[in-house]
Amino acid sequence: MSDKPQANAYWAANIRIVTWCLVIWAIVPFGFGILLEPVMPGFAFWVAQQGSILVFLAIIFFYAWRMNALDREHGVDEQ
Amino acid sequence: MDQFVLNWIFIGASFALYIGIAIWARAGSTSEFYAAGRGVHPVLNGMATGADWMSAASFISMAGLIAFVGYDNSTFLMGWTGGYVLLALMLAPYLRKFGKFTVPEFIGDRFYSPTARLVAVICLIVASITYVIGQMTGVGVAFGRFLEVSNTTGLLIGAAVVFAYAVFGGMKGVTYTQVAQYVVLITAYTIPAIFISLELTGNPIPGLGLFGTEVSSGEPLLMKLDQLVTELGFAEYTTRNSDTLNMVLFTLSLMIGTAGLPHVIMRFFTVPTVAAARWSAGWALVFIALLYLTAPAVGAMARLNITNQFWPDGPQGEAVSVETIANDPDYNWMATWQKTGLLGWEDLNGDGKIQYYNDKSPDMQARAEANGWVGNELTKFDRDILVLANPEIANLPGWVIGLVAAGGLAAALSTAAGLLLAISSAVSHDLMKGQLTPNMSEANELLSARVAMAVAIAVATYLGLNPPGFAAQTVALAFGIAAASIFPALMMGIFSKRVNNTGAVAGMLVGLIVTVVYIFLHKGWFFIPGTNSYTDAAPLLFGIKSTSFGVIGAILNFATAILVSNATEEPPAEIQELVESVRIPRGAGAAAADH
Repeated sequence: MSDKPQANAYWAANIRIVTWCLVIWAIVPFGFGILLEPVMPGFAFWVAQQGSILVFLAIIFFYAWRMNALDREHGVDEQ
Repeated sequence: MDQFVLNWIFIGASFALYIGIAIWARAGSTSEFYAAGRGVHPVLNGMATGADWMSAASFISMAGLIAFVGYDNSTFLMGWTGGYVLLALMLAPYLRKFGKFTVPEFIGDRFYSPTARLVAVICLIVASITYVIGQMTGVGVAFGRFLEVSNTTGLLIGAAVVFAYAVFGGMKGVTYTQVAQYVVLITAYTIPAIFISLELTGNPIPGLGLFGTEVSSGEPLLMKLDQLVTELGFAEYTTRNSDTLNMVLFTLSLMIGTAGLPHVIMRFFTVPTVAAARWSAGWALVFIALLYLTAPAVGAMARLNITNQFWPDGPQGEAVSVETIANDPDYNWMATWQKTGLLGWEDLNGDGKIQYYNDKSPDMQARAEANGWVGNELTKFDRDILVLANPEIANLPGWVIGLVAAGGLAAALSTAAGLLLAISSAVSHDLMKGQLTPNMSEANELLSARVAMAVAIAVATYLGLNPPGFAAQTVALAFGIAAASIFPALMMGIFSKRVNNTGAVAGMLVGLIVTVVYIFLHKGWFFIPGTNSYTDAAPLLFGIKSTSFGVIGAILNFATAILVSNATEEPPAEIQELVESVRIPRGAGAAAADH
């Protein structure tokens, strides 16, 4: 890629995607799995032992799919 | 067929497979030795990463840690999987684009500093060696128990097999044996779990059975377990009994440490493209999740089975008698494991029965007094035997036991090989080629990589045979170092153009030193008993335990690096260009062709 504004737009879009993914990555285990345990103990136990792992999987596959699409939109994919 | 013969067949067959792969996958170049020629399919790399990552601790210890504590130890499940999100989103694709061979190499190039590279090498070697000791002792114990050879003989056989595929095959040999080892270990882990889940809940998927109904009582399995353990004076299984702060910090430390472990990161150098690195991180977590979603079910169901065995008429009825333990075939596992010294029971009050209860609970002390009990008579139950003994406890056929033996060995050997590869590449590529003899030819570097691997295996074998007394505690050290030094340096190297050489070195050193000192203050200097000034029961700072401190070290690393960098000069233009090129996938193939 040659032009700078294009590179900056790609990087900004990447940062947005990573940020949203990390917000979910933090809320599910720490919020629902640990901090809200006194409020909903049974659900927190499920989140801590099963749910958060499933959410982590969903985040990584979403990220891979979305980023590979973003690479193509911005013309920076590996041909 | 005799159990002993079955064990030999399963272990022998799996080892023959690993040796066969070693002969097939020899490395002919440094690119093959360090990065398997960057030709590994993302799904296969995911499997190899699963085996690389899941060690004796995941396979043998984790279910036991959950079984005897319950909800509070979910930290291991969330921490050791959540780290893969950080790895996938913040490191793996960019480091693959960088297209070199080792983690210290990136740190050295990005921060244009041989000092930074050297600090990274030291962190890598300390973290990896502490980690590998546990794997080697695990190999010895598993052999000793299942093949009835001495631990020493077992360890030497294991080391010889690793030698065969790691010295000749390098990353290429290690990758394809890890794929085979993954298949062996996941089969070995899930088959007994499926059997037990079917038996208890009628559901073949253990992770669903855990939240299902127990067939014999018609009640939810977890409710039954909570009832049973609280009636014996133990803490409730499904609710929290530890403090929130340490649970959060410990989970975060495990996550950041996982993402910073070099032997895991370097696996992502082996895939062909950046897009493949992204998918491969997902596949790695799929293969890891198969075990991690099963482990909590294994733990809870084993706790239920064991408790029921000791209280066959329920916790309010009579305890199991010494005679039953000696004669009933359902209790054969107890005699087998007693021989290893990891399980012990004693009829303290001489009533001919073995009462298993929490003798620290006030309610139980009252009941004990009324019944003439003088203490918990299950005097020793090492948590590490839970997974290995589980098939025997649940009365599964002999071939399942042989399979579990082969699985435990696969988990320990695959992780050991990955760690040894990280160590030997750091020595031959970062120290020899990078600093001492930069003009070394490709053939000589390949030779020195093989020699470094052989030496690393010899050192690990020696340490496995003569484990320092602190071996069990050093895992906290490995994760602390990875979290406090390596992960922040890598992340800032990619996400900041402003962090410079001085800032990065200062940050790594502050993170590393503060974390290591905090651990030593609580666990003893170099883990020598009695030299600690604090304990984890009453820690130095804000109630933060030394095992949860990695995340604090990481924050100090980030803060120091940013402050120092802002006070000193900007990185040169070519370094800023390097960062920009790492951020863009196009051209990853070209970067690989440089070698």
